[in-house]
Amino acid sequence: MSSISYLFSRLLQIVPTFLLVMIFIFLLVRLLPGDPAIAMADAKATEAQLEQIRHNLGLDQPMPIQFAKFVGNVLTGDLGNSILQKAPVLAVIQDRLPVTLFLAGYSMALAILFSVPLAFVAALYRDRLPDLLIRSIFQISLSMPVFYIGLILLSILAARLKWLPVGGYGETWAEHFSHLLLPALTIAFYSSAIILRNLRTSVIEVLDAEYIQFARAKGLPQRLVLFRHVFRNALISTVTLLGLSIGNLMSGTLVTETVFAVPGLGRLMLDAIFARDYPLIQGLTLTFAVLVSLVFLATDMFQSWLDPRLRKS
Amino acid sequence: MSGLIQRESRENALPETANRPALSVQGLSTSFTKQGRDLKAVNNVSFDLAPGEILGLVGESGSGKSITLRSLIGIVRPQGRIDGSVLWKGRNLVTMNEPQLRKIRGREIAMIFQEPMSSLNPLLTIGLQITENLKAHTSLGRQERQKRAIELLDLVGIPAAASRLDDYPHQFSGGMRQRVMIAIALASNPELLLADEPTTALDVTIQDQILRLIMDLRTELNMAVILVTHDLGVVAQSCDRVAVMYAGRIIESGSVGTILKAPQHPYTLGLLQSVPQDQPPRTPLFSIDGTPPALDDMPTGCAFAPRCQQAQGTCLESAPDFSLVGSGHAAACHILETARPSLGENK
Amino acid sequence: MTALTLSRLPAPVLQALARPAFLIGGGIILMSTLFALFPAAFAPYDPLAFNYAAIQQPPSLAHPFGTDNFGRDILSRVIWAYRIDMMIALFATIFALLIGVTAGSLVGYHGGWADTIFGRCVDAVITFPFLVLVIAVVAMLGPGLINMFVAITLVNWVYYARLMRAEVMTQTAHDYVSAGRVMGYSSGRIIFRHILPNAITPVLTFWMTDMALAILLGSSLGYLGLGAQPPLAEWGVLIAEGRNFIFTAWWMSLCPGIAIVLTGLGFSLLGDAVADMLRPKG
Repeated sequence: MSSISYLFSRLLQIVPTFLLVMIFIFLLVRLLPGDPAIAMADAKATEAQLEQIRHNLGLDQPMPIQFAKFVGNVLTGDLGNSILQKAPVLAVIQDRLPVTLFLAGYSMALAILFSVPLAFVAALYRDRLPDLLIRSIFQISLSMPVFYIGLILLSILAARLKWLPVGGYGETWAEHFSHLLLPALTIAFYSSAIILRNLRTSVIEVLDAEYIQFARAKGLPQRLVLFRHVFRNALISTVTLLGLSIGNLMSGTLVTETVFAVPGLGRLMLDAIFARDYPLIQGLTLTFAVLVSLVFLATDMFQSWLDPRLRKS
Repeated sequence: MSGLIQRESRENALPETANRPALSVQGLSTSFTKQGRDLKAVNNVSFDLAPGEILGLVGESGSGKSITLRSLIGIVRPQGRIDGSVLWKGRNLVTMNEPQLRKIRGREIAMIFQEPMSSLNPLLTIGLQITENLKAHTSLGRQERQKRAIELLDLVGIPAAASRLDDYPHQFSGGMRQRVMIAIALASNPELLLADEPTTALDVTIQDQILRLIMDLRTELNMAVILVTHDLGVVAQSCDRVAVMYAGRIIESGSVGTILKAPQHPYTLGLLQSVPQDQPPRTPLFSIDGTPPALDDMPTGCAFAPRCQQAQGTCLESAPDFSLVGSGHAAACHILETARPSLGENK
Repeated sequence: MTALTLSRLPAPVLQALARPAFLIGGGIILMSTLFALFPAAFAPYDPLAFNYAAIQQPPSLAHPFGTDNFGRDILSRVIWAYRIDMMIALFATIFALLIGVTAGSLVGYHGGWADTIFGRCVDAVITFPFLVLVIAVVAMLGPGLINMFVAITLVNWVYYARLMRAEVMTQTAHDYVSAGRVMGYSSGRIIFRHILPNAITPVLTFWMTDMALAILLGSSLGYLGLGAQPPLAEWGVLIAEGRNFIFTAWWMSLCPGIAIVLTGLGFSLLGDAVADMLRPKG
């Protein structure tokens, strides 16, 4: 019961944020230097054609009315028509969304697999060899741009050893997993570094906490101290971190999809940019913001489930 | 290490106790390595404790009293090196490994902490935090553990105990949390309770209640207590004997009556003078100038010498020995022989 | 710095100066700066000279990073690219720093409705993945180095302002600020003469790390074709040029990346060391 009212209050908080997000996306096209109609039309467009484009975009009306219409359209799922794909933006995005979600989930799973155990090892062996080793490796990977990590993996695993397909998405689920393994590894490697660095610190904080010393003073078995007391508390900061790093993950998918020719939203965004497909760019920017917000929301819900202090009684 | 056991024949200067000591600490030292340097937080500490006795361990923050307490059951963090011997019912806790220690911690020796806020796990119910202790140390079944947990909460004076098992720590007030922590510590009838500043974080009235609770339980369960505190008032109210720590060492120890009436060490005297007592209104409170030395900057002589108004040449050269100055009363000070009369006249 | 001035520095600073993180990070950044200022003095070949006798040669003693599909020496091209990439590190961050510090100080000091609006803006900005937002702005302005700086600054200042706001709010609670108010100082004087010097440290530390991030971001945008444009030699652009040859001439893509990793590492090590140095002792 209480978690539903909590969800509701969180949703209410999102409303003003999203209003600003909409204003930003709305202004993005309006504040373009020059006339977006000219930018969108091809060079030999007649004045009548330009007028038509302006009318289609609603640019011939006053700003507040334009904005109200824009919000109304977005809320009813009308994001305009893609110039590039010659189809409604919503349909184009819906078509590509599963690929990106699959890739994001896949890489998140791999990142958790890498970083969570390593963070615990590093924290438990603080300032000793395993910790220093783990930290130096990830310090270096923090200095690598995602596309470079991708190219290294590509040249070793695909070009040299020929273990993995070079890219694409494939048709079946099995193919999805094998085709997306390289891109997912790339993103996971990059996200792990960020997660690991922060998670190590928070695990150390938990290990140093008085309630852990108290649990030890109670003479509890080691695994109980570690799993019931340390892990549960560290899980809260882990979830927070994973939630906050969703933006990084999305940025990572955008670049990685380009490197590995994965037909997802990131790849679509770049295609849209080079084709000056403004409605599609707007739609995609909004989609990314919605995705991130949903993850933030899920993180909050999970946290309040884990932490009794956040539960409203 | 085994050589130390023979010293039980107490040529050390601590007071005789009627019974055979339950706990005998000899030459306990705890050191940490920081940037290649060895820092001794606890330095050659020795004391005995009889069953049912309450020993106060007093000192400023950073004097090593808390670390001494934690060293006894090996829960020092960050991991330090512990030397010396802690004889508990004939077994040396210092040389024990973790699994062996875990059988003693919480079962025979329990500990309570200073901050009731941060010492209870915020994510687990009070009931679970009590019963997990019972599960680890007793053979009680699920139902019985539940029943015992309610008894324990009753014992420490938590109203409507049965209805509070499913509550989380944040739903309790500070004093109630400290009671909960004591209930957890008492779960398996320990013979020794280590209390690390159990009242410091609490209001004065609550402080009093908690101290009374500990003293009552001592009488009821014949449980020995080591009470770490920086508050001499707490010591006067509740302890049988007291040991004063400064810079990692015990510098004076004796019965509470003796120490409060006739302190021998200038530091103890200073501590006593900084407690307001029987003075006319508006008398400025005495305070000891300066601060205790940092661990990485220990003077070669007596650690208190830089702050001691009576320090002489020898004080700066060598650390004084801990020696008997009266019946069951010992102190570590070079100038005791010469300056004792003036020191004794506290009032 | 002479021995005399060195010996006057406080001990913690001296200790931090002797730390490997500072020495390595500082060394890398010094070298990078020299490369950026005097590429001709360090580059073994003319970065633009075609050499059809040495096309796509793998790394060797003569060409440590190999040669590209026109026979150009990749090491020389990488060294000349330091110019652009060090410029990115500076210009992608410095304006964000200046705007962020000013806005953050004002909002943090005055609070009220401006603070509320600012909080909402921060919420909105962090709702976008950073790269998506930057790319969206670049998309509108058109690809190119200058537009990239504008786009990054437009997004990035929020992060500086958020940090600065928090610091200023902490400082404002201190007594010396109320003392300044009692003495009738103008709020401008209190903010910039009194609070700022106390509150700026975390921001400067963040700046160091952010320069590392700017290099990663700048080269990513270069790789995607949204930042520096060919034929300008920029690491991301160089890597993108080699992308099509990854199966036959891996060094064309992988060798320029070494410069990115090295410089990024340099800035973050230096940032960590500076953070240690400026942290109140303890």
